[in-house]
Amino acid sequence: MKRSLYLAGVTMLCAWTLVPIYFLALGALGGRDLVNTFPKPFWPGSASLSTIRDFLAIDGVTAATIASVETACLCMLFSLVLGLPAGYALARFSFRGANAYRLLILLTRAFPVAILALPLTVGFIRLGVYDTPLGVSLVHTALALPFAVLVSSSLFQAVPRELEEAAWVFGCSKFQAARRIVLPLALPGIAAIAIFAFVISWNEVFAASVLTVRHRTLTAYLLTVLSESPLHVQFAGGFVLILPTVAFIYVVRKHLFAMWGISNR
Amino acid sequence: MADIRINQIRKSFGLAVALESIDLHIADGEFLALLGPSGCGKTTLLRIIAGLETQTSGAVFIGGQDVSALPPRKRGLAMVFQNYAVFPHMKVRDNVAFGLTMAGADQARIQRQVDRTAALLHIEPYLDRYPAQLSGGQRQRVAVARALAVEPAVLLMDEPLSNLDALLRLEMRAELKSVLQSAGTTTVYVTHDQTEAMGLADRIAVLHAGRISQIGLPDTIYRHPATKFVGGFVGSPPMNFLTLPCQEGKVHLGSLTLHAPSSAPTVVLGIRAEDIDFADSGVLFTVRVAEPLGVHTLLTGTVEGQLVRVTAAPDARPVAGETLMIRPRQDRITWLAADTGHALEPQ
Amino acid sequence: MIPYFLIAPSLLFLGVLFLVPLVQTIALAFQVHGAWTTANFTTMADDINFHDAIVDTFAIVAIAVPLQLVLALGMAMMLRNLGRGRDIVLWIWSIPLGISDLAAGLVWLAILTDQGFLNTILLKLGLVSGPVSWLSYETPTALLIGIAFAELWRATAIVLVILVAGVQMLPKEYNEAADVFGASPWQRFIRITLPLLKPSIQTALILRTVLAFEMFAIVQAIGGRNFPVIVGEAFTWQYTNQNFGVAAAYAVVVMLVSLAATLVYLRALRTPREQIG
Repeated sequence: MKRSLYLAGVTMLCAWTLVPIYFLALGALGGRDLVNTFPKPFWPGSASLSTIRDFLAIDGVTAATIASVETACLCMLFSLVLGLPAGYALARFSFRGANAYRLLILLTRAFPVAILALPLTVGFIRLGVYDTPLGVSLVHTALALPFAVLVSSSLFQAVPRELEEAAWVFGCSKFQAARRIVLPLALPGIAAIAIFAFVISWNEVFAASVLTVRHRTLTAYLLTVLSESPLHVQFAGGFVLILPTVAFIYVVRKHLFAMWGISNR
Repeated sequence: MADIRINQIRKSFGLAVALESIDLHIADGEFLALLGPSGCGKTTLLRIIAGLETQTSGAVFIGGQDVSALPPRKRGLAMVFQNYAVFPHMKVRDNVAFGLTMAGADQARIQRQVDRTAALLHIEPYLDRYPAQLSGGQRQRVAVARALAVEPAVLLMDEPLSNLDALLRLEMRAELKSVLQSAGTTTVYVTHDQTEAMGLADRIAVLHAGRISQIGLPDTIYRHPATKFVGGFVGSPPMNFLTLPCQEGKVHLGSLTLHAPSSAPTVVLGIRAEDIDFADSGVLFTVRVAEPLGVHTLLTGTVEGQLVRVTAAPDARPVAGETLMIRPRQDRITWLAADTGHALEPQ
Repeated sequence: MIPYFLIAPSLLFLGVLFLVPLVQTIALAFQVHGAWTTANFTTMADDINFHDAIVDTFAIVAIAVPLQLVLALGMAMMLRNLGRGRDIVLWIWSIPLGISDLAAGLVWLAILTDQGFLNTILLKLGLVSGPVSWLSYETPTALLIGIAFAELWRATAIVLVILVAGVQMLPKEYNEAADVFGASPWQRFIRITLPLLKPSIQTALILRTVLAFEMFAIVQAIGGRNFPVIVGEAFTWQYTNQNFGVAAAYAVVVMLVSLAATLVYLRALRTPREQIG
């Protein structure tokens, strides 16, 4: 008896998570009429991509999507380039200031994004990166970097030091050993970090909205047209926002859990 | 105080069988050791008695009551874990008192029991400290105190000494024996260390691949192993086994003629290193290695091509290649069947 | 030398893109046209939305965060007892991690809007006779609950993931020992699991609370200007009103509140050194 109650609870919580997304998908894929009907059906009469097509046809949407992709890719790149070496340093070397560095990294995540984006407006205008994917990606990198550093650090730590040492004995330089031995072994986890950096950037709203005017990312675009757009635009927009990231998270879920410290028992 | 009866306990994990059919009776107040190598199923059996694992089939009775379906907390047991499992966020005092606190005992009784067991295990100076501030050995004592404080009907111990260093293990073993003897609790003790089992237990059950190979007094297990496995696992150095041709029960070993209770063409002769004498007649032993161990010199060598170990006097220093004449003490020989490895009954 | 070279780029980057804006925000908040003054704060406090923004933000945080902690704890415990299917359930429950707060807002907009799914369900159940407005200016309580619920839906996964990792690290012997010595499942949870989870709970609460005070897009999506929140006001002042000073003042408020909350958690949930097993 107790077991079935417990399983019912688990199922309910799963439903609670999935049903709202289903409703959004329904609104986005159910065709133009479904959006405006009331009461709403729980099952699409006819699945149709028309709402999504209409959404993508709106002036500025495609450009915004491309801008989001650009920004997210840049964020991914910067996070890896800056974060992986730092993670390697933390994993393989014990140096004075390591703990202070770690603390600083953690500290950044304890602060709200708001503070970063506001004053950067002025700075970015001066540097000429205001209203560009590059500018926004810089802020996003600041968001994703702590994560990249700390997670890659534990990734590298999991690669046994003896493998690198063996490589040194057999003639590799330290850099070669890192590149040929450690990197390939840590690659799945690194890919997961990259994807998570992408997701963080893709989903971010505030900084993207503050720092763009004409070259908005998808999130910034949706935010500004929110109040004026008809419902079906909002549904389609939400759906387009969600789909890639949920797909990504599914692909890297095993690594995601390993990253957070959750093993498969 | 209770006896334990285990009926036909079987445990399988999917296709892998951890325990075949186990039948066991542990008398009230008895100290039984479950001895065996890793993977033999001894810890699984203990956890089934505790209720931490559920058996695939069979029943467990404690004090005559069928506890097979009861959760651990309703079985009246106490347990000492291999990694101590002493709660790090509670003071030692609260750890020792834990079982009584859960049972709802009144403060006076708790206080009394905590003081009593703390004195028994010599942990009074640590009562107000936290486990993280104690050494491994001290934490182990806390774990034992916690178990004894509840005055359990049955005490289960899962390799409690294996995480201690050798010297500490020796000391704790003696202390444990003294403490548990005075308590008189029915105890089931899991270990892979045969010295521990021999030193502590009233009876030993040797497990191998999910079955009980032999159960009996330590002395019996040592002198009369029931299988080749038991003879090889118990005792250090392990028992010597010589596979020899047998003709109508007659076995020739060097100049000796021995009588084996078997009509099979081959038979196994089991003899311990310390039960082999040096004599003028017998069989030739070629020394390979001599290890002076202080208490005796252990010689490893061959007899008719088969590996044999013999103990010699502490000052003996034979060199490699030297040959010596040895003979086994006839009353200490264990004969075993060559095909099954089981001991043969004298006919 | 090598490690310092390796961390230098990231350090430099964070210095420029984090520490500098941090200082700049504080400076901006206390300046008007180059002169040092607290005028921005006065303007902020006198603004018609200021009081509501503070109250609304705190209300949501006060409702959502404790509920999320309890819910996530329950979910983490449920996961512990799940055998097969644990991976799938864990993945489903962590889907919200990948969902932008804006998208989450849109999801719940679809449900709570006048012609949305909630009203559909209520209509089908016969509890209402026509579409009821939940998100309007006239129904502030319903709006509050709606947004709190959406926040609950969106962000419980953050707390859950941290707690699950923490639960995993607990050696199972502690639970088993407590079981053998007479503790019921509830007693084991309260006396053993929960105290040992304190570090994870502390981390989760700090992260979640800081993120909660930052709430922005989800509120915009569901409530628009009917539900002012601190960061929302900062955005409006910066972007619409082009008044960087007042926006920075709001940002400083968020910063201080987050800092205060973090310090409270650090103090209240700290584990004394001698208890770290």
